[in-house]
Amino acid sequence: MSEPSVTVSLSPSQRAWQRFKQHRLGYWSLILFVTLVVLSLGAELLSNDKPLVARYEGKWYFPIVQNVSETEFGGDFDSPADYLDPFIAEQFERPGNFAIYPINRSHHRTINYFAKDPNPAAPSAQNWLGTDDRGRDIFARLLYGFRVSVLFGLALMFTGVVIGVLSGALQGFYGGRTDLVMQRLIEIWSSMPELYLMIIFSAVLSPSIWLLLVLLSLFGWIGLSDYVRAEFLRNRQLDYVRAARALGQSNWQIIRRHILPNSLTPVVTFLPFRMSAAILALTSLDFLGLGVPPDTPSLGELLSQGKNNLDAWWISLSTFVVLVLTLLLLTFMGDALRDALDPRKESR
Amino acid sequence: MSPDRQILLDVQDLHIAFGDKEVVRGVTLQIARGEKLALVGESGSGKTITAMSLLKLVPQARVTGRAVLTTPEGSQDLLQLSERALRGVRGKDVAVIFQEPMTALNPLFTIGDQIAEVIELHQATTKAQAWARAVELLQMTGIPEPQRRAGSYPHQLSGGQRQRAMIAMALACQPQLLLADEPTTALDVTLRGQVLDLLGDLQRSHGMAVLMITHDLHLVRRFADRVAVMENGVLVESGTVAEVFANPQHPYTRKLLDSRPTRDAAEAPAAANAPVVLEAQGLQVAYPVPQPGFKGWFKSGRYEAVKAAQFSLRQGRTLGVIGESGSGKSTLALAALGLQPFEGSLQVAGQSWQWRHALDKPLRRAVQVVFQDPFSSLSPRMSVEELVTEGLQVHQPGLDAAQRQRKALDTLAEVGLTEQQFPRLLSRYPHEFSGGQRQRLALARALVVEPRLLVLDEPTSALDVTIQKQILSLLQRLQRERGLSYLLITHDVEVVAAMAHEVIVMKNGEIVETGSVDQILNAPQHPYTQVLVAASLVVQPA
Repeated sequence: MSEPSVTVSLSPSQRAWQRFKQHRLGYWSLILFVTLVVLSLGAELLSNDKPLVARYEGKWYFPIVQNVSETEFGGDFDSPADYLDPFIAEQFERPGNFAIYPINRSHHRTINYFAKDPNPAAPSAQNWLGTDDRGRDIFARLLYGFRVSVLFGLALMFTGVVIGVLSGALQGFYGGRTDLVMQRLIEIWSSMPELYLMIIFSAVLSPSIWLLLVLLSLFGWIGLSDYVRAEFLRNRQLDYVRAARALGQSNWQIIRRHILPNSLTPVVTFLPFRMSAAILALTSLDFLGLGVPPDTPSLGELLSQGKNNLDAWWISLSTFVVLVLTLLLLTFMGDALRDALDPRKESR
Repeated sequence: MSPDRQILLDVQDLHIAFGDKEVVRGVTLQIARGEKLALVGESGSGKTITAMSLLKLVPQARVTGRAVLTTPEGSQDLLQLSERALRGVRGKDVAVIFQEPMTALNPLFTIGDQIAEVIELHQATTKAQAWARAVELLQMTGIPEPQRRAGSYPHQLSGGQRQRAMIAMALACQPQLLLADEPTTALDVTLRGQVLDLLGDLQRSHGMAVLMITHDLHLVRRFADRVAVMENGVLVESGTVAEVFANPQHPYTRKLLDSRPTRDAAEAPAAANAPVVLEAQGLQVAYPVPQPGFKGWFKSGRYEAVKAAQFSLRQGRTLGVIGESGSGKSTLALAALGLQPFEGSLQVAGQSWQWRHALDKPLRRAVQVVFQDPFSSLSPRMSVEELVTEGLQVHQPGLDAAQRQRKALDTLAEVGLTEQQFPRLLSRYPHEFSGGQRQRLALARALVVEPRLLVLDEPTSALDVTIQKQILSLLQRLQRERGLSYLLITHDVEVVAAMAHEVIVMKNGEIVETGSVDQILNAPQHPYTQVLVAASLVVQPA
């Protein structure tokens, strides 16, 4: 505790980061989670049915970014090449030709028409985690599904924070009548039956991930706004805010420079938990079939497949593991963050 | 030392550590039966920890040493007792009074219940007997209508009554030793003397020993038989009060004794033609307060915090505003700062507040403020540079970053914070500074815009006495050098005596007396002023 003051002066957020790093479980969870997210962002390079690079009769091809017709590789039809076709594979095995494939040779959409086992197929060398009931590779579905879940969680977290902080800040800073009116409006708003609205909307409108994002965002900010409001109410009457007023700072400057940075602790603490809640919400809705369109890879859809194919244990087991791991990592990060931002530790 | 002096508590070589950090190092002290010992020191000296660890009331502390308590039933080392055995000692043989009675009493129970609980816990009595005894104890502490008051909840009592109830609770089982942790600090000046007298009376009539923890040397002189001085976890000096005060041996004791605020330079008489910086006429400040019952749905009541205040302050002078908590003096300060709407006339440098951001800007520059609590008055997330240059960005937007930095450094040097002392001063954060240094930072933030009037709202009451003296000297120097005017809000008559030229005395929102500092201190007219002055100058310096 004594050395940082001698060497470098650390701002409170830098010191919080130092404390976060000391929390080993949370820190390694963060590293693992970020690694997983980065890997899943490059999912097309890791899990795809198209080769990354191919050389065929002296010409270079990059099928991953270009659409190559089957005729180019000696096929009969002018349709996009199916690289899982044994005929195409044979073409690439001829001397001088080769193709470098991603580690897992399936896209989340890939259906292997040349597979020998009935669907859903048990794990094998070709499909590490087996296939689902339509013959799609589970590993690929999980990888892409994880990406969708995480991005959805981030987006929902972002909209929730923006709306929540904005409304909490308005209520807390102006207080009085503004606060009273907005509190009542929020009470009315939060008493709307969220799930039924979701069901009705997904029945009326065509399901899409954007619709889900909008619907969940409409309700996801309320809890956060209460915390921000309370922090603003507390901070706005502190002496440093009065001093800033006495210096002649405008309201906007006072909010931006003084109150907001000191009010974000609960927001930041809740971020990982909010994200895991968002992922869980998406998964549940998908499980119920109210979520994303059928083609989108999703953890919830996989879980529901697992429920429908109980004997295909590899579907539910692998999805379960991925889901639990994701939520667990987020919870560990949240715990570490909460400790790092603990005001009792911050004050010293 | 008389031969019949019976040692009640014998503390030998007490060490207390939190983790690797040793906060109390080898304290040895004795308290005799019926003796009043004062443990004196500044904040962080380990005085409270020392006392509280005797009853193992400090969680997570590693305590070593011996603390032998000798009661008629026999001797026992408190530090060796099991938690269970210790519970039998707490409240019965050794009782504690805390600084803040509002938080030390449980808000959900009546004070009678809380006192009776202690009695039932340690003595085999019926509920009715315990309650009767609780009423008796309350009566003994001088609470009016003890029968009715026993049924009151802590929030229904005044601060002084709460502290009396705390004392009644501590005395419930007639302890041999009373640990009193700053028992009067949270009270108003006029109440302090009363509570102290009460403690003294009860101590004599019960024949118990008192270990009083305090930072206030007045209290020590008035109350204690012997005094022990602590500095940084070490007991540096102890002896009878008369000896220590007359002939302090340790330099730290001398420093403490010498820390009464003083006027540094003889004052020149007021220049009659000096411009008036602050002038108020018929100044009223009122808050809306909720009304009870059905009426409150439609109408709110009105609480007048400041009533018809009238005063003026000339350039280079200090106007001291003195009063107890709730007297409206801080509201007056907020009104002068233009942070609190008011009625009547208040002119700063000949101008009134317009309540419009753009129009008030020049006035904002002319009046600046330093608050009481150096920990809440600086945003913890801003560096020193951001803190100090903030005012420049508002009032001198023409300056570039380098000029702002130079001005900030100059002002910081003026308040005694230099880069030699604190390398990379501008990029430091408030948490790296002590209370006194933070107060200097707050002062630099105010001074950098070159104000004419500085509102000082209890600028030193959160600081230790030795730091208080330094800050007050600094303020006096700045006033001479810059010709600043101060509106000094304080409850401390000594601070007013050292700083002010004119004084106004406030009570319940009204100004009850106005005059020069000499008049107010030496010939107070209003009875309230007389009480106030008498209470704070209990012991005249020898």
